[in-house]
Amino acid sequence: MSIGKDLVAASATPLVLAILAEGDSYGYAIIKRVGQLSGGQLRWTDGMLYPVLHRLERLGYVEARWATADNGRRRRYYRLTGAGRAHLATERRHWEVVDAALRGIWLQMAPAPAAGVPA
Amino acid sequence: MTEQTDAIEAQIAQWRAWLRRRPAIRPPDVDELEGHLRDQITALVAAGLSGDEAFLVAVKRMGSLDAVSREFAREHSDRLWKQLVVAPEGDGTRGWFARRELVVVLGLAVAAAAAVKVPELFGRRLGEDAFYALNASLFVLPLLTGYFAWKRGIERKRCLWLALPFAAGAVTINTIPFARGGHTEALAALHLPIALWLAVGVAYAGGRWWGGSGRMDFVRFSGELFIYYVLMALGGGVLTMFTVATFGAIGLDAERLAERWILPCGAMGAVIVGAWLVEAKQSVIENMAPVLTRLFTPLFAAVLLALLASMAWTRNGIDLEREVLIGFDLLLAVVLGLLLYAISARDPRTPPELFDRVLFLLVASALVADGVALAAIATRISEFGFSPNRMAALGENLVLLVNLAWSAWLYARFLGGRGPFAALERWQTAYLPVYAVWAGLVVVAFPPLFDFA
Repeated sequence: MSIGKDLVAASATPLVLAILAEGDSYGYAIIKRVGQLSGGQLRWTDGMLYPVLHRLERLGYVEARWATADNGRRRRYYRLTGAGRAHLATERRHWEVVDAALRGIWLQMAPAPAAGVPA
Repeated sequence: MTEQTDAIEAQIAQWRAWLRRRPAIRPPDVDELEGHLRDQITALVAAGLSGDEAFLVAVKRMGSLDAVSREFAREHSDRLWKQLVVAPEGDGTRGWFARRELVVVLGLAVAAAAAVKVPELFGRRLGEDAFYALNASLFVLPLLTGYFAWKRGIERKRCLWLALPFAAGAVTINTIPFARGGHTEALAALHLPIALWLAVGVAYAGGRWWGGSGRMDFVRFSGELFIYYVLMALGGGVLTMFTVATFGAIGLDAERLAERWILPCGAMGAVIVGAWLVEAKQSVIENMAPVLTRLFTPLFAAVLLALLASMAWTRNGIDLEREVLIGFDLLLAVVLGLLLYAISARDPRTPPELFDRVLFLLVASALVADGVALAAIATRISEFGFSPNRMAALGENLVLLVNLAWSAWLYARFLGGRGPFAALERWQTAYLPVYAVWAGLVVVAFPPLFDFA
């Protein structure tokens, strides 16, 4: 299943902020965590994550610093700021509204067709 | 094993070199992406892939370089200022497009030069009345807007909207019954170009005026165009001097030729040519405005601080002459210019440095000096009375003061680590229409307010 570009782009900000709310992290680990959370269904193009991180940094939602990891590799670690936490709360409220609306209508509809069966 | 690692290292180095060639991706970003690639390769090798395979998969997952660098460009438009062409589609069309652009630019420049001579066919002589001063911007700015509309591929329907402000400006300025040689006439001639410059900006930004980085790019463009224009004016002055002198040497008087043709036509055509040069040669002088800013910010800050210190020391008040407000308007405009170009050249992600403190000091001391002047003027405003000039100067002062005061507040927050630098940038770009609105007010509302005097 490949999820549309627009949906991936829209969900990137809350996902990244939420993952950073769990603790400081760096690009590669964030991508891995997204894969884990979605059971491998949500695949990002790796390179696209960094412009998103830089945008969040410019907006003041995250801070970045270079640090050397245990294996000697230099990595850029990102940390959620107070403004980022506040923005995450807003995003969460918005997504919960969308989620609740969708859930409501899913329940009234026939069960979802099984994946892979052509309609 | 080492042989294989060497092979991978060579491949990674090659991949790095590819990334480095992208103007929107800076060396620290390349480091960050390389770290990611290495983590990915390590994980894939641990999962049982060979080094080569791991490299290929990792690169593939990173995404196409064009797409990634386009995303970087969208986020960091300040870097792309060097090369505004966002990842050209293919090299075949570039040469052809460049040649066609040259033809369009030359055509528009000639059209601008001709436009300024057209009224003469209807008996309007240069220098006879204020007609040319009032209409100066209308000869060239619509053509400049047309150039950007063409270059950015703006569709027909939106072009009509862009033409609207020029039509409205032309009708307004030529129907207002100004008293000849009056103050409101001079003010209108001065403020119409400022109001219309906004329309040029909307065309310049293409679809990026609302949201995105179009406005900051337009600020950069305006600064560089100004520098180019001054350089071309200097060259034009030398050319004119030579023309007059050499023709004078063979007994022909070329002064009238220079006055009536070279000067007005050159002044108009140079705007178009300058705009094209800024578009085409950004990389050559990309750092001109920022370098001048870096040079003069500390000097202006020192002068202002010295002024404030001397005022406090000698207890000398500001001598309230007629032109004192205009002087302070100019001061605030210069400070705002320094602030704008410092902002436009700054990577918003870097933490505060010494230069930021100097800039903040400059803005703060300009505010204090202006506050002292305004307070002095406010106590004697009834004595002065409201002439159109004083009203305009006062309004401009307030427009600039509001901008700088809020900028100083945002800057202080940034220096204190309590706000992002981007807030300052957003404030400046959001404020741009205010100048145009105020200039429009001076053109439209002042003449009836002051009986067209």
